[in-house]
Amino acid sequence: MKKFALLFGAALSLVVVSCHKHDDEKDWADGDLGTLEMEFDSRFGDDDFALGTEYTTAHGETVKISKLQYFISNIVLHNEDGTEYVIPQNDSYFLIKEDKAGSNLLKISNIPAGNYDHVEFTVGVDSLRNTMDVSQRTGALDVGGDAAGMYWSWNSGYIFFKIEGESPSAPFDSTLNGNFWWYHIGGFGGMTSKTINNIRTLELELPQEAGHDHGTAIEIRKDGDPHLHLFTDVSKIFGGTTAVKIAENPIVMFAPYSVEISKNFADVFKIDHIHQ
Amino acid sequence: MNRLSVFLLLALGFGACKKDQPTEPQTPIEFRKPAHFPEPVYDLPARNPVNSEVFVLGRRLFFDPILSLDGSISCGDCHQQAAAFAHPEHPLSHGIHDQFGTRNSPALFNLAWQPHFFWDGGVHDLDLFAISPIENPVEMGEKLPNVLEKLRRHAEYPGVFAKAYGDTAVTTERFLKSLSQFMLLMVSDNSPYDRHLTGDAAALTDTEKAGLEIFRAKCASCHTEPLLTDFSFRNNGFPSGIDFGRERITLNPDDKYKFKVPSLRNVAKSAPYMHNGRIATLEAVLDHYATTVKDGPTLDPLLRQNGSLGIPLSDDEKAKLLAFLNALTDEEFLNDERFR
Repeated sequence: MKKFALLFGAALSLVVVSCHKHDDEKDWADGDLGTLEMEFDSRFGDDDFALGTEYTTAHGETVKISKLQYFISNIVLHNEDGTEYVIPQNDSYFLIKEDKAGSNLLKISNIPAGNYDHVEFTVGVDSLRNTMDVSQRTGALDVGGDAAGMYWSWNSGYIFFKIEGESPSAPFDSTLNGNFWWYHIGGFGGMTSKTINNIRTLELELPQEAGHDHGTAIEIRKDGDPHLHLFTDVSKIFGGTTAVKIAENPIVMFAPYSVEISKNFADVFKIDHIHQ
Repeated sequence: MNRLSVFLLLALGFGACKKDQPTEPQTPIEFRKPAHFPEPVYDLPARNPVNSEVFVLGRRLFFDPILSLDGSISCGDCHQQAAAFAHPEHPLSHGIHDQFGTRNSPALFNLAWQPHFFWDGGVHDLDLFAISPIENPVEMGEKLPNVLEKLRRHAEYPGVFAKAYGDTAVTTERFLKSLSQFMLLMVSDNSPYDRHLTGDAAALTDTEKAGLEIFRAKCASCHTEPLLTDFSFRNNGFPSGIDFGRERITLNPDDKYKFKVPSLRNVAKSAPYMHNGRIATLEAVLDHYATTVKDGPTLDPLLRQNGSLGIPLSDDEKAKLLAFLNALTDEEFLNDERFR
């Protein structure tokens, strides 16, 4: 069955690739709508990622991660023809939790048919939504539901990216009887006074090297079922633009250093490939 | 148990439930903007339409210790009506397991005019406020999803939510907004000072009127009329130790030791004073401004004029100011049955 599916997939992509060669020929009609599934696949460098597994950071610190969750929002698909499709805002908030199966699969529908070659999204929650009425905070944003633990109630605002764990590099906590570190990254810039802003918007391109069964654009078609496979490389939280060392910064929450950590989001996320 | 006692128990049960009392308080459940107040910042008709059933739900939640982890603490424990919904006798308030917080429970009234909440202004929307005391480990120590779950499983709450909102769903929004509505309707606007402002020439005594004039000259630049606060954050020269105030929210060193200017309405009833409750009497508050203001890089410039610290106040001025501050007590609000 699996072999058959592979063969079938390969055959299908051959068809797609061959269609793609004829630049003038559109194999869709104006007004067609399609869907896209975006998968955020956690990795640690070249390894698959799992909570509770020991990894070594770029700085030689060993870490075991017990919690990983983050918001992805405000997704925009950029078409090859220069136009863009903005996912309706109310449908554009996703909270990915490593320990919640399926939360890393973002299903987007009603996308105008076409070829999209890069994707834009925000890691976190935009400042406007951070200031909206509670009636506009449902689903992934429900502070009494899914978003519990991803919200600072004493300093109104969502936590955008939360990662916690243990490491011998963290100081020993006698109350908790262990060496723990916590990175809770948030801060939308402040309501009335300007303060830290960790809203990071990324634009990721599809890999453009000639892939065998992978295209170089997301091909949204009426009957298509494209699946965009993204990597969330957790190792880059420590070893990205900013060298983040647990020994130096074991606890980072609402503090200036969080801005240095959020600079690494651009290194954490990348598109690996597309299945059409 | 015979039928009669079941009936009696039922009757008692209903009798104890405020919503079913035939004699609802006589003051109508409505939000009215006092003529001498500015426009409120919270737009009730648009965001939280006033409805007596929503108000009753919010009131029940406000006084219900089910909001706390071990069922021991309600909002009303640290916000008592006789003290204008502050916490009398408590510089700091204690939460579950007798743990103490770090700041003085503020009085509650005229919240529809407040642009931000807490001594440091960390919360900008009253609807989002209640999450903080519920989840603070030294206050109610609960988690909001757990509170909502307890309400969903409760014998009566789903019915009370249905009366308020049309169906039994216990949602984050309904929970938070009913609590808000109860608090937003706490309008205090009928002190002798208010009656003086609205034209009652006999509302204030001559001494109180003299105190008002001193107040206008020496205090009103921060305690702006008629709400008696400008909602700004200022360092008033009162020692604060390791509590850095507004700086915690903005991370701006210029905000170190700044706390929100509180309203002075009902101030004679809402002791103790200052963000940490360290001053017990109004006399001592006036003494602080007159003689013990501590200098520092972020001290409010209004407390450092012509090279000297504080606000010069003679004993006669202090006595008149005290008389005026006592004329800010709104007995109607403190005894309003709707808020019990």
